[in-house]
Amino acid sequence: MKHVKTINNANLKESAHKGGCGECQASCQSACKTSCTVANQDCEKE
Amino acid sequence: MIHAYQLNGYNIALDSNSGAVHLLDDTAYDCLALIDGDDFSPECPGHILQALAEQYAPEVIKEAYSDLFALYEAKTLFSEDTYAPFAEAMGPAPVKSMCLNVAHDCNLRCEYCFASQGDFGRGKKLMPFAVGRAAIDFMVKNSFGRRNLEVDFFGGEPLMNFGVVKRIVDYARSIEKEHKKNFRFTITTNGVLLNDAIIDYINKEMVNVVLSLDGRRDVNDNMRPSVNGKGSYDVIVPKYQSLVARRGGKQYYLRGTFTKENLDFSKDILHIYEDLGFDQVSVEPAVLAEDVPFSLRDEDFDAIAAEYERLADIVIAKKKAGEKLNFFHFQMELDGGPCAIKRLRGCSCGNEYVAVTPEGDIYPCHQFVGEDEWKMGNVLDGTLNAEMKQEFAKATVYSKQDCKNCWAKFYCSGGCNANNHQFNRSIYKPHRLSCELEKKRVECAIMIKVALL
Ligand code: SF4
Ligand code: SF4
Ligand code: SF4
Repeated sequence: MKHVKTINNANLKESAHKGGCGECQASCQSACKTSCTVANQDCEKE
Repeated sequence: MIHAYQLNGYNIALDSNSGAVHLLDDTAYDCLALIDGDDFSPECPGHILQALAEQYAPEVIKEAYSDLFALYEAKTLFSEDTYAPFAEAMGPAPVKSMCLNVAHDCNLRCEYCFASQGDFGRGKKLMPFAVGRAAIDFMVKNSFGRRNLEVDFFGGEPLMNFGVVKRIVDYARSIEKEHKKNFRFTITTNGVLLNDAIIDYINKEMVNVVLSLDGRRDVNDNMRPSVNGKGSYDVIVPKYQSLVARRGGKQYYLRGTFTKENLDFSKDILHIYEDLGFDQVSVEPAVLAEDVPFSLRDEDFDAIAAEYERLADIVIAKKKAGEKLNFFHFQMELDGGPCAIKRLRGCSCGNEYVAVTPEGDIYPCHQFVGEDEWKMGNVLDGTLNAEMKQEFAKATVYSKQDCKNCWAKFYCSGGCNANNHQFNRSIYKPHRLSCELEKKRVECAIMIKVALL
């Protein structure tokens, strides 16, 4: 493609079916603590 | 749903539902702006050719159009939103994370403190060990099959009750094996009481430590004075440096807050990084009631957005030079990262995460502490309000109307329920300025990825 470059794998849909185990860190978006927005978290599924 | 934007000379299109990120040239970008995702035909429609006729030759427009159509066919542009059933199916989950307010007291008098200078308006109090132990037992029981459990020592200032912190850690460690749990401890401190022994203990036991500092000396001391009115900078900075030097590469954050008084906060981040030598930095907007003189308001958005852009430039330049500056809110995995289910309900408050006061009272999170109507239970008698838990469990990006239609929903995951409640009297109604800032950070974070390709 000349006009477009895709820069990642679009795998979000797939992850919905495989995910949800709940082992990753709980997240908090607030400014007042060990805040963790979701997009920068790690998945910990074994 | 897509979001197309221009930043730093890049044309970026994000397909929210698939998570795809595309870099477009000008023709494709202009073309995309004219395409209706609900009616995407294989042939480039006449009105698009016409609208762009002055800028581009027809064959170039057609070419760009068919590139975009190929993305559409590959389901990475205007891809379908298939997540609502997952969101609907979501319910209460095990309690796996706890904020232990081990001290409702503080030795600083930070101006923006949401905890009323440490005591949450309830009077000074330290958590007795018996309450901490009951909290650990409560979590072991209510986490059911979950293995990884998190405990964040918080306050007030947790070092004011450090003896109890250690006993709680020892207790949790002594029972984790038999219950097949893995405890992870973190602590958030203002640094005043750090000494060598405490530093070594924290470095050994805590997987993450959050060290509060707002940046430049005058900025920090303006907002973070001690009880006697003197600034805290000179006391805490050397202690933080010693802690990080001895931490052996384990996770930490220098965490600051910016207010209307330092809208040039990229200078604070640079100060923390270049002058003080900390490469893990998180400086975040103080969300405060509108009547607080230094609170951030809607009219500050443009200045803050410009500052985030400046910061993004700095991060790009540093990374290109092989340096390690990591600004927490620009950190993002475009491949991998959390699953879509996790992203449906970012904030775990009141469901997987709760806060516990020195009295053992349970609140949905640290920001709800002290508000009677949000008290959820108590760890001493093992009570937990299932109805309230359910209300939080259901707070997904599909039950929050604004989020459902927001392109950033799988990055932000629905914002902060406590802010929503504070400003809009509903955990389901996002706080607008926070949303705008979050979206700006996501735009910058993605742009940085593109720039560093
Ligand atoms: S409500 Fe806000 S402060 Fe509380 S856990 Fe959620 S994001 Fe964090
Ligand atoms: S550990 Fe991974 S799969 Fe499991 S809920 Fe978290 S992000 Fe999803
Ligand atoms: S909280 Fe705001 S920015 Fe976040 S997903 Fe909802 S509407 Fe979007």
